[in-house]
Amino acid sequence: MKRSVRYDAIVIGGGHNGLVNAAYLARAGRRVLVLERRHIVGGATVTEEVYPGFKYSVASYVVSLLRPEIIRDLDLPAHGLEILPLQSTFTPLANGDHLIRWADPDATRRELCRHSPRDAEAYEEFGRLMAQIAFAVKPLLGMVPPDPTSLDPRELRGVLRLGRYFQRLGDEKFFALLKLMTMSSADFLDEWFESEPLKATLSASGTIGTFLGPRSPGTAYVLLHHYMGEIDGVFRAWGFPRGGTGALSAAIAAAAQRFSAEIRTNAPVAQVIVKDSRAAGVVLEDGEEIEGRVVVSALDPKRTFLKLIEPRHLPPDFADAIRRYKTRGSSGKVNLALDELPSFTCLPGPGPHLSGSISISPSLEYLERAYDDAKYGRWSRRPYLDILIPSLLDPTMAPPGKHVMSIFVQYVPYDLEGGWTDERREEFGDTVVETLAEYAPNILKGAILHRQVLTPWDLEETMGLTEGNIFHGELAPYQLFCLRPVPAWAKYRTPIRNLYLCGSGTHPGGGISGAPGRLAALTILGEGPS
Amino acid sequence: MWGAGQAGKTSRATAILYLRSMLRGTPFHSRTSALCQGQNWRRWAGYVVASSYELTHDREYFAIRTTAALIDVSPLHKYRIHGPDAARFLDRVVTRDVPKCAVGQVMYTPWCDDAGKVLDDGTLARLDEQRFRLTSALPNLRWLCENAAGMKVTIEDVSDSVCALALQGPASRGILKRVADVELDGLRFYRITSGRVSGIPVEISRTGYTGDLGYEIWAEPRHAGALWDALMEAGRPYGITACGMLAMDVARIEAGLLLIQVDYIPANRALIEAQKSTPFELALGWTVKLEKELFAGRRALLEEQRRGLPWQLRGLEVQWDSLERLYGEVGLPPVLPNIAWRTSVPVYADGKQIGYATSGAWSPILKKYMALAHLRSEYAQPGRIVGMEVTVEHRRKQAAARIVQTPFFDPPRKRATP
Amino acid sequence: MTATYDAVVIGAGHNGLVTAAYLAKAGLRVLVLERREAVGGAAVTEELAPGFRCDTGAHRIGLLRREIARDLALTRYGLEIVRPDPAVFTPLPDGRHLVVWREPRKTAEAIRGFSKADAERWIPFTTRMAKVARVLAAVQAIPPPRVTEPARSDLWTFLKLGARLRLGGRTAMADLLRTLPMSAADLLDEWFESDALKGTLGAGGITGVFQGPRSAGTAYVMLHYAGSEPGALRPCALVRGGTGKLAQALAGAAVRHGAQIRTGAEVRQILVRDGCASGVLLASGEEIAAARVISNADPRRTFLGLVDPVHLGAGFLQEIRHMRFGGACAKVHLALGELPNFTCAPGDGPHLRGVISIAPSLDYLERAYDDAKYGGISCRPYLEAVIPSLHDSGLAPPGRHVMSILVQYAPYRLKEGGWDAARRDALADLVVETLAEYAPNVKSAIIARHVLTPCDLEAVFGLTEGNIHHGEMTLDQLFFMRPVPGWARYRTPIERLYLCGAGAHPGGGVSGMSGWNAAREILSDVRSDSRG
Repeated sequence: MKRSVRYDAIVIGGGHNGLVNAAYLARAGRRVLVLERRHIVGGATVTEEVYPGFKYSVASYVVSLLRPEIIRDLDLPAHGLEILPLQSTFTPLANGDHLIRWADPDATRRELCRHSPRDAEAYEEFGRLMAQIAFAVKPLLGMVPPDPTSLDPRELRGVLRLGRYFQRLGDEKFFALLKLMTMSSADFLDEWFESEPLKATLSASGTIGTFLGPRSPGTAYVLLHHYMGEIDGVFRAWGFPRGGTGALSAAIAAAAQRFSAEIRTNAPVAQVIVKDSRAAGVVLEDGEEIEGRVVVSALDPKRTFLKLIEPRHLPPDFADAIRRYKTRGSSGKVNLALDELPSFTCLPGPGPHLSGSISISPSLEYLERAYDDAKYGRWSRRPYLDILIPSLLDPTMAPPGKHVMSIFVQYVPYDLEGGWTDERREEFGDTVVETLAEYAPNILKGAILHRQVLTPWDLEETMGLTEGNIFHGELAPYQLFCLRPVPAWAKYRTPIRNLYLCGSGTHPGGGISGAPGRLAALTILGEGPS
Repeated sequence: MWGAGQAGKTSRATAILYLRSMLRGTPFHSRTSALCQGQNWRRWAGYVVASSYELTHDREYFAIRTTAALIDVSPLHKYRIHGPDAARFLDRVVTRDVPKCAVGQVMYTPWCDDAGKVLDDGTLARLDEQRFRLTSALPNLRWLCENAAGMKVTIEDVSDSVCALALQGPASRGILKRVADVELDGLRFYRITSGRVSGIPVEISRTGYTGDLGYEIWAEPRHAGALWDALMEAGRPYGITACGMLAMDVARIEAGLLLIQVDYIPANRALIEAQKSTPFELALGWTVKLEKELFAGRRALLEEQRRGLPWQLRGLEVQWDSLERLYGEVGLPPVLPNIAWRTSVPVYADGKQIGYATSGAWSPILKKYMALAHLRSEYAQPGRIVGMEVTVEHRRKQAAARIVQTPFFDPPRKRATP
Repeated sequence: MTATYDAVVIGAGHNGLVTAAYLAKAGLRVLVLERREAVGGAAVTEELAPGFRCDTGAHRIGLLRREIARDLALTRYGLEIVRPDPAVFTPLPDGRHLVVWREPRKTAEAIRGFSKADAERWIPFTTRMAKVARVLAAVQAIPPPRVTEPARSDLWTFLKLGARLRLGGRTAMADLLRTLPMSAADLLDEWFESDALKGTLGAGGITGVFQGPRSAGTAYVMLHYAGSEPGALRPCALVRGGTGKLAQALAGAAVRHGAQIRTGAEVRQILVRDGCASGVLLASGEEIAAARVISNADPRRTFLGLVDPVHLGAGFLQEIRHMRFGGACAKVHLALGELPNFTCAPGDGPHLRGVISIAPSLDYLERAYDDAKYGGISCRPYLEAVIPSLHDSGLAPPGRHVMSILVQYAPYRLKEGGWDAARRDALADLVVETLAEYAPNVKSAIIARHVLTPCDLEAVFGLTEGNIHHGEMTLDQLFFMRPVPGWARYRTPIERLYLCGAGAHPGGGVSGMSGWNAAREILSDVRSDSRG
């Protein structure tokens, strides 16, 4: 069975990066086909009505780093994208106190002062330094990384340019950047702050998606991400798309279609066709063959190379490097349909503190112990929770008066000791709800109408994330920049000609940024920014 | 921040959070809010203070210059610094010679980072041999603590436990004499003493941010209301007027006093090197005692003194004829800024930009349009005429302005002791 | 006060002695001041009990640069280095054991008993790692180049390093970039499956650091100690007669070149005039003027203890205060009536001559670290033991032995209580118990025991928080950033004051590298001063 149409590009996987990639290629006049295994596009960026009337952002739940140029280039607001900023971060504490960081600096300073006057002062200085470094780092995230292992004069020039870039950073920023890349978030924050809940809440975000604790070196780097948005003229870095994160995928898909890209759902790809060590198309699971001049995979590198390509087409060193690529899943997701809002013991009743993110991260030790559990193959007895109540930001997410709650949970290992079963999944769900109920007891007293629990294993099954890793591979220094996914192949190209990667497993990595999809498209179009 | 969707009854959380994070009134708020006709408030260090009490600030300005103005300056940051190494520590931090500061003396001083760039400026009062109080516009606790490592000195942030009123204007001494039990005639410019005002324990310093005769009165917040009332009562026959930030802003420009984050950017908040200034560049060279063996930034400042300064801070007097001509061309009389502006305005000479003005105002007393400007040193000689950008009916023009030394207004009564 | 000396070196640790010897050899008038009665700092051999002498500080040495031994003719002053084979012996609870030989093929055979796949991978792995280690060795031998304000010489250094890196081939370059920021566990998991092998190698990544094998950066520590020959991933080199013999040889060489060494001379303060070091003040009140002052003390002790803080900028002081020390080791020394008899390898044999490593798996090490993270002593600690008396019978009476054990983790800051006599005893009991699980005769063989907790290491050797490396060896405190960002070239914000200890690049281990690098930098300053 062969189709007569030959596409300029076939994009495997309709996740947000795949869609961004397709939209950019289509925008440049290419004939593009996106193939999505599931019945809806979005990958891990989907909104689904799992329980009647309640819409869950099933996996990813906030938008932090979506590149503003993508919003502009694809005119996403015209296709329905509206991002509502998150206004606060609320950390309830077991002793009846709490810590909230607000959008307003004076309000935040006042609040921090209750915990530590020195931290209140340091917080502003910290923010300024981080914003400056974020500004300095931006060119690195926006470039296709040069390959330092290559002797090609173009690459050498790239490395030289990189050297000059570091030289121009100046001492303060250069060393701060090195520190961020190498320190643990706990150590880095210890240099600035003394208040435990502040350090814990900040550092928790540094561990999101990694299999690392706040005391593990290398976690400080992610602190930067919180300051990335502000330098792009975006008001506040973290936001929630009206209609859930799926609305973002829908907007990108609509933009892609507007540029005449075709999108097929329920079209799982079985194999990439390789002829003369060039990619020539794909075979679907139902046997259909589709020809394409270029094949772009939005799947993670392991899935792409170890599942869709016959091993004989891959150089052994490369296959070996891909196998070494680390994709340990460490996070799960619990979505709740609620009859009423949670009422926190420390701040009873509804209030503005519920409209932002709610972080169960009372102390560094709490987080570190949560990590310790996972190291030895258990889910955290008391996990870190990052909670959002989307229905407070967008009331259409739930029936009037009811609510949906999105709970991101860490740590929960993919390789659970004894393996995952339906029973253990529910036990894990119980742990999450019990943890939350320690701070908001009404949650356990009949407030829950429906519960959806996703373990890393479920994330792999449903979303196709290898080992349930939400970033398509750990965001650790040895897998970043010119090393992502593997050394010498960090430029979206692969050892198979005309086969490209465009997912989060490529530079600059995970999160709903769309940057890998865009940079891959520019590379394919031969317009890679230098 | 108080999102909709929460309508209906107020929950306990909402009530707690509202109280926790709203902007605070100063300890004088009960008095100032009763007077603030226009509800014209502004933020200052997490507090609200009156921009002007009346609907326009003209009367408040003239009170500063002709009678007496009472200004709430409580949001200033205040640090109590004491211990055997207090003087040595402060000498290490600020540019002025602290050991020379006598007990009962106040010094105005900037302080710099290790690269000699100004971090903040404020007044340093020596309360006794081992006890000082430093005021600053921005929080400085971290910087002070970092510098205090290894020294026998205690630094306390007393910003919230000390409130302050500035009583400024020619009548201020007369008013204060009626209620204060201290010998005010002997209190010289930049001296401080303690005593009582209507029985309230206070410290009185002969300082201020208006460039006029004036005092600042420091007290505990629990006495705030009584202190305000006592001064207003005593001042009534003299025409005392509660005065807000707008009037003070005009007065401080007349006095050539710098406003942080307007006329200069503190080094720790600057985003690029070019935004930072040394004290020399801010015309504060007189405060820099390079002969001291050690203080933060000394090495860099010595180097700058050797090399010469790229920038100088100067006053500009916009030439009336020139302004009149520019407006005359479109058939208008000159339009003057009725409140002080604080935007960056280009300054030109020889057909190119040679600097920028950072704040400016019409001086109602001097009948002059004045501005504070950063000028490239080679163009900064006093007396020189430069062009300052003015927008006349939507069009950019250059008005002739004369470079002058600040202050623009410097009455003898400011320093005089009767 | 005219300068009597061209240079005063504070502290006669092995790095201080290396610096002093090189400076004296170059013709400078050098004085070394040592607080203790013996030279060597933590490279010292002391009496435990009558007739028993043991290395109370470092019990093995790193890769002492061949140049240092040659330049200073150390063999002439009694230095004899022994390289036991096998280098490491790991007894296991299941009655098996693993040894690492200097010859990779032999090791591969030893590994085969545990995993065939691992045995196959041993030689490729060590070959690749040796290439990385070779580059690191080159990096250790130079002062870190300046990045933000490079001089021409720095660019040249970068070029040379780049070329050297590239010579190893594309894979070596990729290995280097990828391996450095990894954890030892991540690296080892990529290659091997056997717990015994991974535990044995992983222990090399945590020695002396307050990190577990799963902490990023421990792969570097592993390679920091590794030799450049394949197979030398956990090399072992001992000084015959004890590590103190190395210090004596260095002191001998320094004195021979004209340096003076005064012991029992504690420095109280570094004198600074106009931002420039001018000499030192001793605890006795004596002032000694010197044109240059070189501190072998660790950076925190130097800048927060010996210099009046008024001379230092707030930013620099802050960096020094932020420097992490995280002492995690203790030492236990045993005088033994007989050799330990390991159940898994009974009797005397070559396996007792190298490092005896109690590290059966990565999880064992990680759990030991978990305890310490929260301020507790590891329930099951990692032990690194050597028996110096097997290499010099003079260290113990005939037929008897001394054993030196490095214990991890014993945190300097305990969550509950402090290090008191009871804790010290409990630690020694724990160590003996742990060891006795593998060699039951140890308990009854003990004639005397001696314990140095992290607090003792601080008090006795002057190591801040008991950190044997003069500052935690994590990536953020290495290379450009050691001891603190911007001051990695042995100079300090105080002119003519230098650092030459392990707190400076390249860091810990008895290798003399910091002292050697510092000496060359100081001599280059001396030359440019005399030029004008």
